Amino acid sequence: MSHANEHDSSHPSPSRYVAIAGILAVITAIEVWIVYQDYLNDVMIPLLILLSIGKFALVVMYFMHLKFDSKLFSILFVGGLLLTIGVLTALFALFSRVYFA
Amino acid sequence: MEATIAPEHDEHATTTGLDHRKMLMWAFLGSDCMFFGSLIATYLIYRGQSLRGPFPYEVFDIPYTSVSAFVLLMSSLTMVLALGAIQRGDERRLRIWLIATAVLGSVFLGGQVYEFTLFVSEGVTLKTNLFGTTFFVLTGFHGAHVTVGVFMLLTLVGASYAGKVKQHQSINVELVGLYWHFVDIVWIVIFTVVYLVEAPAIEAAKAAVGH
Amino acid sequence: MATGTQSGGILARPTSIDGVWGWITTVDAKRIGMMYITTSILFFLWGGIQALIVRTQLSHPGAEFVSPDTYNSMFTMHALTMIFLAIMPMSVGFFNLVVPLQIGARDVAFPRMNALSYWVYLFGGILLSMGWLVGEAASAGWFAYAPLTESAYAANRGMDFYVLGLLVLGTSSMAGAFNFIVTIINLRAPGMSFFKLPVFVWMTFLTSILLVTAFPVITVALIELMFDRYLGANFFIASQGGDPLLWQHLFWVFGHPEVYILILPAMGIVSEVLPTFARKPLFGYSVIIFSGIVIGVMGWMVWSHHMFTVGLGTVAVGVFTVTTMLIAVPTGVKVFSWMATLWKGSIALTTANLYSIGFIALFVIGGLSGVSHAMSSSDFQQHETYYVIAHIHYVLFGGSIMALFSGLYYWYPKFTGRMMDERYGKVQFWMLFAGMNICFGPMHWVGMDGMPRRIYTYASNMGWDFWNMISTIGAFILGFSILLLLHNLVRSLKKGEIADGDPWDGRTLEWSIPSPAPHYNFARIPTVTDRDDWWARKYATGDDGITRPVPQGGAYGHGEEDVDVHSIHLPDPSYWPLVTAIGMALMGGGFAFHLAITVVGALIMTVGIYGWAFEPVNEPSDDH
Repeated sequence: MSHANEHDSSHPSPSRYVAIAGILAVITAIEVWIVYQDYLNDVMIPLLILLSIGKFALVVMYFMHLKFDSKLFSILFVGGLLLTIGVLTALFALFSRVYFA
Repeated sequence: MEATIAPEHDEHATTTGLDHRKMLMWAFLGSDCMFFGSLIATYLIYRGQSLRGPFPYEVFDIPYTSVSAFVLLMSSLTMVLALGAIQRGDERRLRIWLIATAVLGSVFLGGQVYEFTLFVSEGVTLKTNLFGTTFFVLTGFHGAHVTVGVFMLLTLVGASYAGKVKQHQSINVELVGLYWHFVDIVWIVIFTVVYLVEAPAIEAAKAAVGH
Repeated sequence: MATGTQSGGILARPTSIDGVWGWITTVDAKRIGMMYITTSILFFLWGGIQALIVRTQLSHPGAEFVSPDTYNSMFTMHALTMIFLAIMPMSVGFFNLVVPLQIGARDVAFPRMNALSYWVYLFGGILLSMGWLVGEAASAGWFAYAPLTESAYAANRGMDFYVLGLLVLGTSSMAGAFNFIVTIINLRAPGMSFFKLPVFVWMTFLTSILLVTAFPVITVALIELMFDRYLGANFFIASQGGDPLLWQHLFWVFGHPEVYILILPAMGIVSEVLPTFARKPLFGYSVIIFSGIVIGVMGWMVWSHHMFTVGLGTVAVGVFTVTTMLIAVPTGVKVFSWMATLWKGSIALTTANLYSIGFIALFVIGGLSGVSHAMSSSDFQQHETYYVIAHIHYVLFGGSIMALFSGLYYWYPKFTGRMMDERYGKVQFWMLFAGMNICFGPMHWVGMDGMPRRIYTYASNMGWDFWNMISTIGAFILGFSILLLLHNLVRSLKKGEIADGDPWDGRTLEWSIPSPAPHYNFARIPTVTDRDDWWARKYATGDDGITRPVPQGGAYGHGEEDVDVHSIHLPDPSYWPLVTAIGMALMGGGFAFHLAITVVGALIMTVGIYGWAFEPVNEPSDDH
């Protein structure tokens, strides 16, 4: 089986993974904290989006090992992801209830 | 005529050196983004459009859901520890971490089932309004994905006990792991765009009632 | 994965490829390809009969050949049959037959999943068509707009077969597409870089990417409709705040990439046939590939041109008008490249070539009516008229089908070892070409004259009578030509002239092996150095610009005599794909009949998956 080339670069150690899991937990806690702060309501959505992207990226890059694996896997996954975001954005625009003149 | 030459020396070579199955899994996950994306799009397009309640802010319990989100995140940690174990050849730790992942996943599912039954008792069903329809289908399909994942984890545990998951076969654990992490990142998105964004409305409703 | 025999298996894994059981358990892409093509031709005939019934009903005003409801089911099922059960599977049949050979591989990356794709297609096709057997076929059009498809208006099971059939078929298409994506990336012969790939392989690759990204969207739409119908959900129920337009958007987000899925393989076939029969390289190879990529990407940006008249608002309509007009550009680029390929070529007008040249002519006509649709203001006139039907059939029949038939004549020798009859083929071609134009040509002006689509009859004072009769006559000429094609296909199996490995003096790797292709494809996997590598082995162009055969050319160094073909290890046959497919079909079908069937199906599918996962690999020394 030809999976030998898949661990070329550095491979996170178990303690590294625990640290990342800790960061994920902290980010989640921050997100929950943010939504209960009235004065942050106006910036809540952008903040949540950023933080969630952060969690998403950490899991994909480290737990799913995409950062260390072949770029081809990144293309396959990120391609689907970008297409999804694009189509979603277009759909939101089409269903937007802000009407133009 | 002597047949002397062998066809080629490595029948399992791939053009890129990458494993077919790993490539398949990443392509599948890219495609599954479109699946969940369409369900999330439906939920968000219909957000706020229900003609009658109950509405999300009346039934959501953010602290409760935060705990289950945390549980699922930690299950990704145990999954990656399981993979690390078998890559080092430690079959015993593989099983321990796989079982831990399956347990955490099951706790998540149990939490979902409890939450769903609670919502139903509070008057939110598939039929009630757009919120009920879109919420249950989106989170239901996510839960179905988690359930399939738990089955795959338990299958790996069984296979390991039968001596079929050796160090050189760690790819099988890796593949299940990729699927499991994906299911986790979908929940990261759902937790934010479905639950967290309702917190201000929940607080406003509580204030209105004078809590 | 266990190795060795029979550990963990219930029945031993099959070893033989002989007999009926050999076909049932096959994992060989060539056999699977032939099964796809044969089945798709049968469904094509069925779709054609449905079309002839439609045309008969419309042949004169006030006809009562079929009832209005039956008529609605006819045009609905005709479209579904042709799109999902004929064109797509025929294309996939060619993917299976041709792609492994063109990339220098012995099979695809996942042979058992390949078999699964075929069986699920067969069962899914039966499920989709099952409405006819119970007297309740889907009748809301192939695009099934809500709320007509909701329980309140479509109470019978016709829509259930639609939803369930397409859900099952979707899994088949996706499984096949994933297979070809991995195969094309990962099983290319040494030296076969991406920009040496034949255009057909590129088009397969792009089509497969579209398949795996577009089908999830319609899967969600179908699931939402299913939940509305079975469980009282509110996705498209306006009285609960639901928006029927959401269905339209989700459907067409899938639906537009779907039409590129229908045409890109056809463009790939034409890109193989024309250079072969012009004895010249394809003109503008890189540009054709790049245009294909642009079409694939832009195909995601145009979907609402199917919805110009629903009230999207000026901005949205304007945006989609522009994107739709832009997408004509890469298509036009391809057309010019094909014409330049023929220009000054040493052209042989074989039947295969006639079909490909016919494709160019007819697809351009279809493309022109398409461009007039892109202009949203003219589309407001054309929408829901026969003008659209003209457009559809010029691009799908004059386009996809013509190219697929070209592929049949072209690759028939490679897989059967015999040639189809050329004289018969030419008669058949011209009759088809005539019938097609007589049938669909008049629909342009009848549509502009106001004849709506999807009506089971029309009044006699509308001025449409004459041309409808002409269309019907054309349809029957067309139908007869298909019978001739069928006869040629079947008769040539036994009576066709014996073909050698390279009957057309071809350019790509499939022509470097004997006909019919051996079980193992290549005795020795070739090492590739050029685009059109086989041609480069046979011919060299000297400094004087004259192309001459290379002495002792036409071989890759080692013929079959040197290689021990019995030691070539090929994927073993398996019955688990069939078992899993049966389970999946029962799961789907059960929802239309009785949930117990679904449960049984789920169990069978689970057994199938586990059996598959833990299936042993047979010892290499076993008989192949």
